[in-house]
Amino acid sequence: PPAHSHNDWIGPPDKHSNLRPVIFYVSPEESPLERRLREARQEAQACNQSFWARHNRAFHQEKEEFIYSRLKAKGLEMRDETGQKVTLNAEEMADFYKDFLRKNFRKHMQYNRDWYKRNFTITFLMGQVALARALRWLRWKKKNVEH
Amino acid sequence: GFFVWPLRSPGTRHSPCQVLHLCQAASNRVITFQYFNFLKRMYVTQYNKDLSQRAKPKSDPLVSPLHELQQLDQERKVIHKIGPIPAVHQAWPETSRRNELREGKSAAETEGSGTAARAEAKEDRQWKEMKLHLEELPGILARLSKIKLTALVVSTASAGFAMAPVPFHLPCFLLASLGTGLASCAANSINQFFEVPFDSNMNRTKNRPLVRGQLSPLLAVCFAASCGIPGIALLTLGVNPLTGALGAFNIFLYTCCYTPLKRMSIANTWVGAVVGAIPPVMGWTAATGTLDAGALLLGGILYSWQFPHFNALSWGLREDYSRGGYCMMSVTHPGLCRRVALRHCLALIGLSTVAPVLDITTWTFPIISLPINLYISYLGFRFYRDADRSSSRKLFFCSLWHLPMLLLVMFTCKKSVLEKEDKGDLLGESHGRAMEIRLP
Repeated sequence: PPAHSHNDWIGPPDKHSNLRPVIFYVSPEESPLERRLREARQEAQACNQSFWARHNRAFHQEKEEFIYSRLKAKGLEMRDETGQKVTLNAEEMADFYKDFLRKNFRKHMQYNRDWYKRNFTITFLMGQVALARALRWLRWKKKNVEH
Repeated sequence: GFFVWPLRSPGTRHSPCQVLHLCQAASNRVITFQYFNFLKRMYVTQYNKDLSQRAKPKSDPLVSPLHELQQLDQERKVIHKIGPIPAVHQAWPETSRRNELREGKSAAETEGSGTAARAEAKEDRQWKEMKLHLEELPGILARLSKIKLTALVVSTASAGFAMAPVPFHLPCFLLASLGTGLASCAANSINQFFEVPFDSNMNRTKNRPLVRGQLSPLLAVCFAASCGIPGIALLTLGVNPLTGALGAFNIFLYTCCYTPLKRMSIANTWVGAVVGAIPPVMGWTAATGTLDAGALLLGGILYSWQFPHFNALSWGLREDYSRGGYCMMSVTHPGLCRRVALRHCLALIGLSTVAPVLDITTWTFPIISLPINLYISYLGFRFYRDADRSSSRKLFFCSLWHLPMLLLVMFTCKKSVLEKEDKGDLLGESHGRAMEIRLP
């Protein structure tokens, strides 16, 4: 992001987690409240990034293993004559999807609770920051008018 | 890759005669800073693909150049060699020409690694500033509130209003539609607010505004509140309290029950079907002020319709649902998924037959609607038997036109209010009068 920008910048989706990274702007006059907000957002971003990157990687890995084992059971190779990767159709993959969902259920429950908490906290902090900024601006306005 | 940043430095900021040269590190890292009075300041730097958060370097003009140098060091940027730099101890006028030469050299070198630079430049262009652009706001809010879905919801509510056996009251109709629309916008916005990381991971939803950072979560919540509160107030005060209560309940059901349940249990589909069934009930209660059998029947039709619609849709999204952690029938109980879809297609036939019994429509309704109901049931059966992508798609697309058509047929077969009142009169006369005053 350019050096003169006073805003956060958001980038393209990450390869592993599909989440868009954000670079946060640190204002030179950051108040403690604003710092708390920024840190909460950074922490949430880091947590989300690590969770989804790990989760998606595990998904793709297990999917490959599943395809491999199924193909092996059928006596086929991973790649056909033309060199293309052989894929199983949706019905065969359905067993894998069901299994994967069941295996990761508890992990998702934990993540959900975590995410909802973080989301509420961050949004509430955003509200507080916005309110504080509005009050500051009003006070500044009043001061200007008085002089 | 390279990052070329032209930065215009206003003349008053730097002392004009400052040309900084740099220490040459053993590892071939050469950093060159050139301060020009009138020329642009250019950095040619190479970034690591390090997207971890770090404090942005402050572009404070009063910071001394040396301090800035140290900052860059700390941030581990590898600076590309701009060109052979002889020991620079010259005075200002002489170096300007050399700087131009240097610029030329750097340009040539930049050309050399063109493709890498272009790829990185393209990726850099994908970085967007998180600033709210007011001209884009309508589009963003439309997508946040899922405007097309909202339009569908409002039309089902209007159908409910139109089917109510009372004289048509235009102001009430408009208020009810507006209130329902606002409530729907609010509910959809909160839904998107809750689901940001999950939406990012699913192909269908990864371009939503909150995922793309086009607006902040705070703004989304404020928008939802500014739609929901006036919407419910409008329904409660402008229409009647029953409709307002139903609207509020529906928002609650959608945001606080359906959305979290999606990740916990397959029961979410049934809750979602109720959410879809309530708008026509709201339309009916807006017109009549009471919750009677007709309202429940209309709600029942919408409820049953949700299943073939959603189950067919979810059949093609099993991979995304599985990876995203959504508990959907299509993933966990595929047999149940198809059975339920078929069951409810058949239920639609049954419900259409009940309509004239409750005096909502004439007996022509079940007869005329039979072809489309049979067709969707047939597709439901095919989906049940074949359980493949093509049958699920056919069922889904059929459900998209089936509902509007069914509601339209229902409306044209609506039993006129006066027809019911004048049952005692001569048939012909009452029929004629009823025809005159029938709704357009």
